[in-house]
Amino acid sequence: MMRQAFRMLARDWRAGEVRVLAMALVVAVASITSVAFFADRVSHALVRDAHQLLGADLVLVSDHAWQREVADEIARRGLQRAEAVNFISMARAGESSTLAGVKAVTGNYPLRGRLRIAAKLNAPDAPAQAGPPRGAVWLDERLVSALNAPVGSSVKLGTEQFRVDAVLTLEPERGANFFNIAPRLMMNAEDVPATGLVQTGSRVWFYLYAAGEPAAVSAFEAWVRTRLERGQRAENLESGRPEVRASLDRAQSFLGLTALLAAILAGVAIALGTRRFVERHLDSCAVMRCLGATQSRLLQLYGLEFLALGIAASALGCVLGFLAQAAIAAALGDLLRASLPAPSPTPALQGFLVGLVLLLGFALPPLVQLRNVPAVRVIRREAGTPRRDTLAVYAAGLTALSGLLVWQAGDLRLGLTVIGGFGVAVVVFAAVAWGALRAVSSARVARALGARSLAVRYGLANLRRHARGNSIQVASLALGLTAVLLLTFTRNDLVDAWRRSAPPDAPNRFLLGVQPDQVAEVGRFFAARNIAAPELSPMVRGRLSAVNGKPVSEADYGEERARRLVEREFNLSYADELPGHNQVVAGRWFARGAQELSVEEGIATTLGWKLGDELAFTVGAERFAARVTSFRKLRWDSMKINFFVIVPPALLQGFPASFVSAFRLAAGREEVMNELIQRFPNITTVDISAALRQAQGIVDQVINAVQFVFLFALGAGLLVLYSALVATEDERRREAAVMRVYGASRRQVTGSQRVEFLAMGLVAGLLATLGAAVIGQLLARWVFELDLPPSPALWIAGPLAGVLLLSFNAWISARKVLTASPALTLRDSV
Amino acid sequence: MNRQAASVLAAQGIGKTVKSGDSDLVILRDIELAVMPGEAVAIVGASGSGKSTLLALLAGLDTPTAGTVLLEGADLFALDEDARAELRGRAVGFVFQSFQLLPSLTALENVMLPLELAGRADAQAAASEILARVGLAERLHHYPKHLSGGEQQRVALARAFVVRPKLLLADEPTGSLDAESGEAIIALLFQLNRESGTTLVLVTHDEHLARRCTRMVRLTAGRIVP
Repeated sequence: MMRQAFRMLARDWRAGEVRVLAMALVVAVASITSVAFFADRVSHALVRDAHQLLGADLVLVSDHAWQREVADEIARRGLQRAEAVNFISMARAGESSTLAGVKAVTGNYPLRGRLRIAAKLNAPDAPAQAGPPRGAVWLDERLVSALNAPVGSSVKLGTEQFRVDAVLTLEPERGANFFNIAPRLMMNAEDVPATGLVQTGSRVWFYLYAAGEPAAVSAFEAWVRTRLERGQRAENLESGRPEVRASLDRAQSFLGLTALLAAILAGVAIALGTRRFVERHLDSCAVMRCLGATQSRLLQLYGLEFLALGIAASALGCVLGFLAQAAIAAALGDLLRASLPAPSPTPALQGFLVGLVLLLGFALPPLVQLRNVPAVRVIRREAGTPRRDTLAVYAAGLTALSGLLVWQAGDLRLGLTVIGGFGVAVVVFAAVAWGALRAVSSARVARALGARSLAVRYGLANLRRHARGNSIQVASLALGLTAVLLLTFTRNDLVDAWRRSAPPDAPNRFLLGVQPDQVAEVGRFFAARNIAAPELSPMVRGRLSAVNGKPVSEADYGEERARRLVEREFNLSYADELPGHNQVVAGRWFARGAQELSVEEGIATTLGWKLGDELAFTVGAERFAARVTSFRKLRWDSMKINFFVIVPPALLQGFPASFVSAFRLAAGREEVMNELIQRFPNITTVDISAALRQAQGIVDQVINAVQFVFLFALGAGLLVLYSALVATEDERRREAAVMRVYGASRRQVTGSQRVEFLAMGLVAGLLATLGAAVIGQLLARWVFELDLPPSPALWIAGPLAGVLLLSFNAWISARKVLTASPALTLRDSV
Repeated sequence: MNRQAASVLAAQGIGKTVKSGDSDLVILRDIELAVMPGEAVAIVGASGSGKSTLLALLAGLDTPTAGTVLLEGADLFALDEDARAELRGRAVGFVFQSFQLLPSLTALENVMLPLELAGRADAQAAASEILARVGLAERLHHYPKHLSGGEQQRVALARAFVVRPKLLLADEPTGSLDAESGEAIIALLFQLNRESGTTLVLVTHDEHLARRCTRMVRLTAGRIVP
């Protein structure tokens, strides 16, 4: 039995009967595994790179010295450990003095990523191999300007003199919180005692950094979270850098989407390929029944043949997938900066499983029909063409595949969106195609179009006669084309939209502490220098005092983040209009002068606020209260100023406010900042361009990786197109041969086919365009949370692609028909 | 009755009626036929007289609406379709008007197929030998599409005889061939029939072929006419 099945496989292979099928399977498994392998490695690398923005895998922050046991536990668990203390202190150089945010670090800081330093102001920077040595300090550019203390000069901190060794240009942790940061002075932790600055009662933050194997870090994080005291917190990437998290999530969605598409397309290609296989093997089965093969024997033989094919093709696919991802990783070597971690075996297993499920799920149902071919077909050919397959036949395969894909995507919503989208598309495509083809070929249209042209008449008649088969073919074509369009046009639009979400003109400077009476003057300062005046937002600091009349205390909140939020002062702002980069997701934006306020949805969730709750804030000695009437969604990756709470101006205008702004300073105008600080010494400016570059570097890197991976899904889409095109080739060849036997000229034969194909191409192209546009919008809005403008190019390219593709196919098919002798074609097909 | 008991193949009161719109269309009516070992029976008749349907019923490829068929004494229609297939594989060879060679197999593989299905280890040797006997020793590895019609039918004959069937059923074996190739196939058919002592039942239009058989059964409008 086994040997017979292998023999059949070998013979079918040699005869070219299963090559397309095997190719679909290999491409499917190769693309799935390469995407999975690569996504696996990239996501590991991205998480690791992203940890550079935190300086470690886990950061522990405390307002008092860390318990000895916590520090020891980091080492005991085999994790790397670094320490730092942060405090504010007056730094002096010559006549100048200013408040500096001092960070004293151990020599091995940071554990992830690198500090970057420059030899002087505005000179090119380079990564530092270690933190500042003893006796030396690194100043950021603001502090160098403020103190007029270039590299080589000395700075006095407390009772100690230090040598300025370098300009600090990038510190990984910067970026999380730009507010209220004094300019940075970094020094060696061992020099701290000598300064005499850290004493009991000093306002000092103690940092512990941990890094190592993800599992060990997670275990340690769980351990330490149960031991956190008041004033202590643990930050991982999730809680520390929301804007980076957003980029990573989006990257994984992109990659997951690609793998899903490739798998679904391969499924379609396999279903089409098997259908063709079955149609071409009906006669063989009837003959074998005549020769004594039983039904179960036939099923076993073909089942084993396909299983062998599936295993061989899946194995080959896995190997190719592995090679392909290695090639991609090599091509992206520079881009990924750090080396990728080794691939894990899971993607191979996933790819293999998906391959087998694809083949068995989509090939078995039609194969089962082969078993039912009546033997009498050998005498009466018309007898026993098994009924055409329906979607129901594939239900089991589809279900299993959906499960696998959702598992692989690791994202239920994305998986269901794509699978559901394609499912709906298939049904809608087939129905619309059927209707459209019948309408196009209706008698009235035929009369109007080509009463005198035989080709048009025959072409349209064929359309009508083949309505059912053609509508399946058009639906398959539209599906393949949808994928191709989605992966070319829509993908570009999505990628552009993504790039825009962290735009190249994103703000690179923050202004903090502008006093109300300085607002106009600051505007004039910028105008005088031909720089668009930054938009200044008012900020009032207030403490949350009551919710719905009930006084608030930290003890009411279990979650560390909630306690921290309540403990601190809120940055409140006022405005009449909703800020442009904010979006109301629940409730409505307040009316002018109403006793209402708007809060960010995340903080509302954390603190358990609902629409209609009354929040009371204490500002200085006074107090105001207002109802929550809207939740806002913020774009954390927009690099703009965001406020958790915004109220109408009338409520806050009486309180002391300062103004803040985020704006873009063109390259080469950095001196303006120094002038500004000299003119308004109370204003703080923060340069976030380095942090911005870092964040954008990640987005660019991810986009490039994703682009590569899309090529595979594109390959699968093309395979679907090919399978759909050859699906009816045999039948058309036979019909053309019959027409020629009865004296149809070459022009008439090719003409009628061309009319038929043209109509199908137009319908398929329109359907695919619609499908790509709708799925693109759904993905953009729902999954990626981006705005995707409608694309006119898509609406031109889609239908055009459909028509061109089928015209090309008509040409190829005409060549085949015309070069083959009708007698031979007919004899083959008797 | 004696004659039926000794027969290789017997049709007992076979009738076949199909629904055609609202009315019933009678294709075969009350067919009684007994074929003795070694006989060569030609079933002749005009188009639509029911010849091919009768052949399909005799082979158990189709089911009758009345009567039954005994193949080597076994009631074909008391068996299920799979058991009939097994019986066919063991005892019956087929030759068709349209040859019915599998296009993806070479001549040799087409002939090996029934042996392989029966699990015979010597499939290749037996198939090569019989192909040599039908004069295709040089064409073993050709695909059907590269063989002429006459050659294809010779491959089909080899495939039919290679299992040494008790009974050979042929449906218009010369129907797709020109006169010359047809003549050659007839000669080969009777030669193989003689050599292997097979019982032959064939359906044909071809009076010349029919006359070479030991008996002729004429069908008109679904009945055997004497």
